Amino acid sequence: MGIPELLFLLQGLKWTLALSAIGFLGGGIAGLLVALARTSERTALARGTAAYIALFQGTPLLMQLFVTYYGLALVGLQLDPWQAVAIGFTLNASAFLGDIWRGSIEAVPRGQVEAARALSLGYASRMVDIVLPQAFRISLPATVGYLVQLIKGTSLASIVGFTELARAGAIVSNQIFKPLVVFGIVGAMYFALCFPLSLVGSWLERRLAAPTR
Amino acid sequence: MSASLSPPDPGDALISMTGVDKWYGSFHALKSVDLQVRRGEKIVLCGPSGSGKSTLIRCINRLETVQQGRIVVDGIALDDSAQAVDAVRREVGMVFQSFNLFPHKTVLENCILAPMRVRKASRAEAEATARTYLDRVRIGEQAGKYPAQLSGGQQQRVAIARALCMEPKVMLFDEPTSALDPEMVKEVLDTMIGLARDGMTMVCVTHEMGFARQVADRVIFMAEGEILEEATPDAFFRTPRHPRARAFLGEILAHH
Repeated sequence: MGIPELLFLLQGLKWTLALSAIGFLGGGIAGLLVALARTSERTALARGTAAYIALFQGTPLLMQLFVTYYGLALVGLQLDPWQAVAIGFTLNASAFLGDIWRGSIEAVPRGQVEAARALSLGYASRMVDIVLPQAFRISLPATVGYLVQLIKGTSLASIVGFTELARAGAIVSNQIFKPLVVFGIVGAMYFALCFPLSLVGSWLERRLAAPTR
Repeated sequence: MSASLSPPDPGDALISMTGVDKWYGSFHALKSVDLQVRRGEKIVLCGPSGSGKSTLIRCINRLETVQQGRIVVDGIALDDSAQAVDAVRREVGMVFQSFNLFPHKTVLENCILAPMRVRKASRAEAEATARTYLDRVRIGEQAGKYPAQLSGGQQQRVAIARALCMEPKVMLFDEPTSALDPEMVKEVLDTMIGLARDGMTMVCVTHEMGFARQVADRVIFMAEGEILEEATPDAFFRTPRHPRARAFLGEILAHH
C-alpha cells in the first residue's frame, strides 16, 4: 500500500463527501416539504405524501438508483450519473427524513399550536417560529442517525459508475491483494466522516436542551 | 386596553352565539347554546367536567368548529373564511389551563412574537408593550428567562401578559388556575381581578367561586352541553334554581 493507492482512496473519499452533500441538501430540503405535506390539514395531500413515503421507504435505494439511471434512459430520458444520483438520493432521503420530521412535528404538544392559533399567528409563523424549532430538537437523534446511514449508503452510487470510497477500496484491494489493510483504511475514513457528525449531533442536543431546563 | 375602559353598554354585544350545536362524532357536546356577552362584561362559566364549558369558549376563537349556529365576535361573523377567523383571533386573547408558553423562547420573546408577526409592530414597539404588560402582571424582572425557569403561577401570569400584548377586546380563560399548586392560585386570580377592574371583557371557565362572586356580572351554569342557568353571582350562589346547579354548588362548596 503506497502513496498512489492512498491518493486513489482519497479521491474516492472526495466523491463520497460530494454524494453525501447532495443527499443532505436535496434530502433535507425535499424532506422538509414532505414533512409539511404529510402533516397538512389537506387530507388528499397528506395521504399522497404517505404513499410517497411508503414507496421510497419500502423499496431498496439500489433499485431506486437503477430506475433513475438505467430505467429512465429506457424511456428516453438520459440523465448523466450526477443527475441520476442527485434525484435518487433526494427522493430516498426525503422519504426517510420527511417521515422522521413528520413524527417530530406531531410530537410537539398540541397546546403549542393552539396557543399560536389563539394569537392569530398564520401557518408560516406557526411552523417557523413555534413548531419547527421544537420539532427539530425532538428529531435530532433520529436525524443524525439517518444522516450517518446516508453517508454509508452513498457507496451504492458505484452502480451508476461513481468510484466513491467503497468502490475505490475494492479496486485497490484487488490490485494489491491486501484487503484487510485496504478496508481497514476505508473503514477508518468512513468513521472519520460519521463520528464527528454524531458528536455535533449530541452537542446540538445539549445546547438546544439547555434553555428548557 | 384603552378601548375596553368604557363601562358596559347593554345593547352592545361583543360576543353573540345563537343556536350553536357541536358534535364530536355522535357525542353532542354543545346543545343549541345561546350566549351574548356585552362589552366590558365579565362572565364566569361553570359546571361539572365534560359539561362543554371549555368547548364553548374554544368556539369563540375558532379553536373548535361548530356544525350549526351563528357566532359573531366584535361584528365579525365566524365562518369558514380564514380572514374572518384571523380577524376574530386578533381581538380575542386566550389563557389556557396548561399555560402553553413557547418553551424555546424567553418570556419577552413569547410576548413580542404575535404583535410583530400579526400586528406588524416593530421590535422596539413590541418590546415596550410587552414590558408594560409584564410589569402589570408583576413579572417584568423575569423577561429574559425561559418559561421552564418560572413557577406555574409566574408562567400563567406571563401567558396573560402575552395575550394582553395583542391588545385584545376580550379575554378567554380556560380553567387558568386548575393546573396550579394551591399557593399559586391567588397570584393568578389577583391578576385576573386587576384586569377585570380595568374594564376588560372576560369569559372565564373556572371553579373559583370566590373569583366568580367578586368579579362576575353573570354566572352561567352548564351541564351536558346545555346552559341550564344564568344569573348574577349573588342569585346563583344564594338561590340556584336548577337542581343540577344546586347539586354542583353543594359539591364545590363542600370542598372550600
